Amino acid sequence: MELLGYFNYFVFVVLLMIGLYAVISKVNLVKKLIGLSIFQSAVFLMYITMDKVEGGTAPIILAGMPEQIYSNPLPQVLILTAIVVGVSTLSLGLAIVVRINESYGTIEEDEILDAD
Amino acid sequence: MTFVFALFLLTLLVITALAIVRSDNLFVAVMLTSIFSLLMAANFFILDAADVALTEAAVGAGVTTVIFLSALAMTAEREKFAHVGRAAALLVVIVLGALMTYAIFDAPRLGDPNAPVHQHVAPWYLEKTPEYIDIPNIVTAVLSSFRGYDTLGEVFVVFAACIGVLFILGPRPAGHAAQRPARSSGLKHHLIPQVVGRLLVPFIVLFGLYVQFHGEYGPGGGFQAGAIIATGVILFALLEGENAALRAVPQRALMALVIGGASLYGAVGIVCIALGGNFLDYSVLSSDPVFGQQLGILIIEAGVGMAVCGALLTIFHAFASRGQG
Repeated sequence: MELLGYFNYFVFVVLLMIGLYAVISKVNLVKKLIGLSIFQSAVFLMYITMDKVEGGTAPIILAGMPEQIYSNPLPQVLILTAIVVGVSTLSLGLAIVVRINESYGTIEEDEILDAD
Repeated sequence: MTFVFALFLLTLLVITALAIVRSDNLFVAVMLTSIFSLLMAANFFILDAADVALTEAAVGAGVTTVIFLSALAMTAEREKFAHVGRAAALLVVIVLGALMTYAIFDAPRLGDPNAPVHQHVAPWYLEKTPEYIDIPNIVTAVLSSFRGYDTLGEVFVVFAACIGVLFILGPRPAGHAAQRPARSSGLKHHLIPQVVGRLLVPFIVLFGLYVQFHGEYGPGGGFQAGAIIATGVILFALLEGENAALRAVPQRALMALVIGGASLYGAVGIVCIALGGNFLDYSVLSSDPVFGQQLGILIIEAGVGMAVCGALLTIFHAFASRGQG
């Protein structure tokens, strides 16, 4: 039972490593970006895991319930903005991939390096 | 019960991530990414992060997938089977994973109220928000008032990324593949998506506006609303073709939204200085400091919503028009 308290962190590590593996070993540039977004989601999961308080609820104050416990709002704020920034930077990366494809006719990294 | 459900969702997340990395069909990988985001959003919801779940569902499952797909339409659908240094990558990943697994036993257990993260400023935010700002949603209060600088920075990052995409995928040089007839895009020949989609679009936009203006009282705010409204317009573009969407919301209007939203946020900060306060200190906006805070939050959330919606749609159109050109 003690181990289950850490299950979210285990999943965080596994997802982080899956993303990292895709970024290192995949040759396809789109696949690398997908790996990067899995990596990013893993970090989000870690932050949101930290915000949970036992018996707490979402940090929206309920009128007339002064004893209510609320989860930590701060990690939520950080991750909320990070998600939107993440999609913008991801599309910047995809835009570069599209241009590489127009110039080289491929999105496989080894073929691009051969062409240079 | 919730606990079992969380275990189930987290296990599904890992399985989906493995399937994404293993699949050599990029189309399948992108669709699985969408499912991955939806599972992640459900997880966030279980972990009490309603605002984050809303954002992840709208952005991750909606906008990201469409942008990935439009990029795939211009590149290749299949991945060539090739790995560089697969053994080395596996070794690095396993060693690093083992080290991190060792380290997480020092992390506080899930839900531990005595964890260091709950001791610093968070209790202060929870305690003082009703007094200083008096809105129920503390996430919105922290996002737009206490940590308004951060959010201003994030809005400008979104702005910069949007400008970057426009620079990279801007209009092609004249004469380059311009003669090709415009493809009859959209799902015009599919009756059921067409009818259901048409019915949905107004409600999605309405829900976006609700999320925007109800963000102080329930989960929501500018980031979520911008993403939801953008998904509504993207759905319209997928149904009726990109040109119809551009006629409804022209590119000029989108740029005005992006620039106007970012400037509106900055302008509120300047007005605060002009009225004798600090940058982004909304208390001086009204004779009643609490009402001033609420007013400031309402205005800057509107700015955030405009900027995010405009930026996501501009990025979408940049990809879509490149694919048709």
